[in-house]
Amino acid sequence: MPGEIARANAGGIALSQRYRATDRGNRLMPSDTGLSAQGLARDYAGRRVVDDISLSVTAGQVLGVLGPNGAGKSTTLRMLAGTLAPSVGRVMLAGHDLALAPLAAKRHLGYLPEKPPVYAELTVDEYLHFCARVHGLARKRLTRAVDAAKQDCGLEDVGRRLIGHLSKGFQQRVGIAQAIVHAPDVLILDEPTAGLDPNQLRGVRELITRIAATRSVILSSHILSEIQAVASHVLIIHQGRVVFDASMEGAADSNADIVEIQLGAPPDTKTLAALGGVTAAEPVGSNRWRLRIEAGRDIRSELASTAVQRGWQLQELTRRAPDLEERFAALTSRSATELDPGVAA
Amino acid sequence: MKSSLAIARHELRRLFVSPLAWSLLAITQLLTGLLFALTLTDISLNPRSLGAYDGVSEMVGGGLLRFATLVLLFVVPLLTMRLLAEERKTGSLELLLAAPVSLVAVVAGKFAGLMAYLSLMLVLIVAMPLSLRLFTPLDLGLLASGAIGLWLVMAAFTAVGLFLSSLTREPTLAAIATLGVLLALWLLYAVSTMDWQPVIFGFALPIAGAAHALSLIGHRDALLHGVFASADVLYFVIFTLCFLALTVMRLDMDRSA
Repeated sequence: MPGEIARANAGGIALSQRYRATDRGNRLMPSDTGLSAQGLARDYAGRRVVDDISLSVTAGQVLGVLGPNGAGKSTTLRMLAGTLAPSVGRVMLAGHDLALAPLAAKRHLGYLPEKPPVYAELTVDEYLHFCARVHGLARKRLTRAVDAAKQDCGLEDVGRRLIGHLSKGFQQRVGIAQAIVHAPDVLILDEPTAGLDPNQLRGVRELITRIAATRSVILSSHILSEIQAVASHVLIIHQGRVVFDASMEGAADSNADIVEIQLGAPPDTKTLAALGGVTAAEPVGSNRWRLRIEAGRDIRSELASTAVQRGWQLQELTRRAPDLEERFAALTSRSATELDPGVAA
Repeated sequence: MKSSLAIARHELRRLFVSPLAWSLLAITQLLTGLLFALTLTDISLNPRSLGAYDGVSEMVGGGLLRFATLVLLFVVPLLTMRLLAEERKTGSLELLLAAPVSLVAVVAGKFAGLMAYLSLMLVLIVAMPLSLRLFTPLDLGLLASGAIGLWLVMAAFTAVGLFLSSLTREPTLAAIATLGVLLALWLLYAVSTMDWQPVIFGFALPIAGAAHALSLIGHRDALLHGVFASADVLYFVIFTLCFLALTVMRLDMDRSA
């Protein structure tokens, strides 16, 4: 009998050591501190509203989820946060499967839903204390954590005010404070800048950038400039599908350049489109054209001399990369049938 | 367990910062107080009416607790509607669903928080007949049995309310549905008092007996009479746990369906 107990004990020690070892391993491996999702899909009443979404974020990254209203951004984020179960696919959060070990996974998660989940009848302090406690923070650390979160979100002066009496912008900031009070590894923010004035907007952007230095952040917006300001990666969702996925450098560094020209005595659009290296010409305003140029070519000097030779009276010539806004417009204005050949056929 | 406690404390705090909880406490106290005063007046005017009962404890205590059940029928739905339906409407439920807390802990915490409030209400109600001890000997066992009975009724009502609150996002709808279900449970008691035994295929169906076995009020009555039977207590425990389990299942369905 004693031998058996000893053996059982030894097993227990071995087990706990193994867990400790993997624990340490998790902390060393950057991919395990972030969030990754594979093939997420969600059905509502037999209709698939979100389909085949895969993404991953690691510490130090900000993933911006962009899409028009109703594209499925919130549904996707709710699945990532575990408040909605995906119909297909799985989510790994800080090395834990969200479906198999939800509590262990959620310990590493801070989530701001579309509507800040605040209680109007509580004061900011009471509310943040409660949030810290349900996230399992020890009593000793509570006050310090709440103070830090309040400072980060600029709430020091309203600690004793009722949340219901605060403005929309302040309520939003209380929502953000709630998401960061327990210092989570992964932060999911659904439209964090909704209802903020320009100054608060800048503050929240700075806050997100600061948090993202050591943690993974996912945020959604239907406003492009929001994403451009803070995100290192961007994911564009349209009609429940990923239509664009790249790092911000990739998004800016495009494979097709654009040259804008203004001419005093212009030829017709066809002539411009037929020029060497030009793939498309599109009139924008009076005597102005936007020319799409073949990848890797710079035809500016060529174009200038052609214009002089043919007497087009060149007034302006500028080259720029197509910005995310143009891509966003192009990608999200396409209909579902174009995106999915299967449906069209 | 720790998170359940945090949620219970949170619910209690939320109750006491809202005027609703204080108003309900005041109105309940006013109504039961009026009945208490009326019963005492009745005794002082016709002391012989006491003969119909087993003494002051049953006449004053039993009557008061019976009336308190009726008041609870209206009070509990107003309290339970805030627990889940209102939180779902304001969006604050998402906070609990995204937190590292199991659904069992959420439901247990909310239930415990409201029960703490209702226990305070019970103490205030029971304090009235207990104050008679200064003037007359009381059957404390009978009063205790009645108080436990009322507490179990509170738990059962709260569990039903919590479940119906988990079904909808409209607080008023949750309150009305809870009131309807609780009144239906009351009606079951009325059925149990009817002398109705339909005979089918030569068997007399024991409808009254079945209704009595299922009725909340029937089991409470036994406790109010000072008959503390484990069967009655067990009935309330099972009833309450069933509805709490249904609430957990319903919240889980919310996430997947």
